[in-house]
Amino acid sequence: MIKYIIPLIIFFTLVGFFIRGLSLNPSYVPSPLIGKNIPNYELQDLENLENTIRSSDMLGNVSLLNVWATWCIECRNEHPFLVELSETTNIPIYGLNWKDNRSDALDWLQTLGDPYVSSAYDLTGEIAIDWGVYAAPETFLIGSDGIILYKHIAALTPEVWTKEFVPRILNDCRNEFCL
Amino acid sequence: MIVVMNFVYKFLSLSLFSIGSLFAIDQELAFEDPALLSTYQDLVNEIRCLVCQNQTIADSTAPLATDLKREIKSMIEQGVPKDDILIFLTDRYGDFVLYNPPLQANTLVLWATPIIFILIGVATFILILRKYTKQS
Repeated sequence: MIKYIIPLIIFFTLVGFFIRGLSLNPSYVPSPLIGKNIPNYELQDLENLENTIRSSDMLGNVSLLNVWATWCIECRNEHPFLVELSETTNIPIYGLNWKDNRSDALDWLQTLGDPYVSSAYDLTGEIAIDWGVYAAPETFLIGSDGIILYKHIAALTPEVWTKEFVPRILNDCRNEFCL
Repeated sequence: MIVVMNFVYKFLSLSLFSIGSLFAIDQELAFEDPALLSTYQDLVNEIRCLVCQNQTIADSTAPLATDLKREIKSMIEQGVPKDDILIFLTDRYGDFVLYNPPLQANTLVLWATPIIFILIGVATFILILRKYTKQS
């Protein structure tokens, strides 16, 4: 009897692992930065190189940091929703323009709309490394005290916004003007 | 004949040229000091490229891999110890960037499974061996 039960147990254990494995997204890497302070940085402003953008600019409000680039196709798909968010919510969206061509990036903002308070110009990708960025678009949710609350990899969609961002924003918000 | 020779010559020089450019990424970055070079090579062969997950950053030409190699190089130049460079990377990208994950609570199964399977194998082997020695 045991001769037949053991292979069956092994079989079903393997099937269990495979089913679990199929439902995982292999390109999703959990960020160790969640719950930590935003990295310190200083970068030039994409739109006006003489302006400096500092990480401390983001403190005081619940905010978003969106990593984008003109070479990134999903960023283009995501862009209309960011524009919509910037028009319908109070959340400041900060851009991190990642390894991009500046004139292409400026054209992009001109033609597709500019949802960003400001876009930091990270030509070398050095600051993106500090944020643990590995695939654009990525969107970070940052609490008013500068703690990273959540990171979404891939395009931000209305579904993800309602499911993952809104509850966390309401949880961190200390007045009624966050959303 | 000359046309053929010319073609062969062009083909050879083109292929040599492309081999040269393949190595150029790391040649440009290589250290003169063998000790530093070996630290650099150990590191780039131990860090996973997150864009192309089954490659190390040494193998990858992805822009992020190039950035990480440049970052690692500059840290080595500044005299940052190897362990601190690994901490720098895992602080940002998590343990997943390491091809050689540390032994800790959430990787225990990973490290223990091969040993468990070897033990099962040895046990099975002994059992079968005993069975047959009894029979004979």
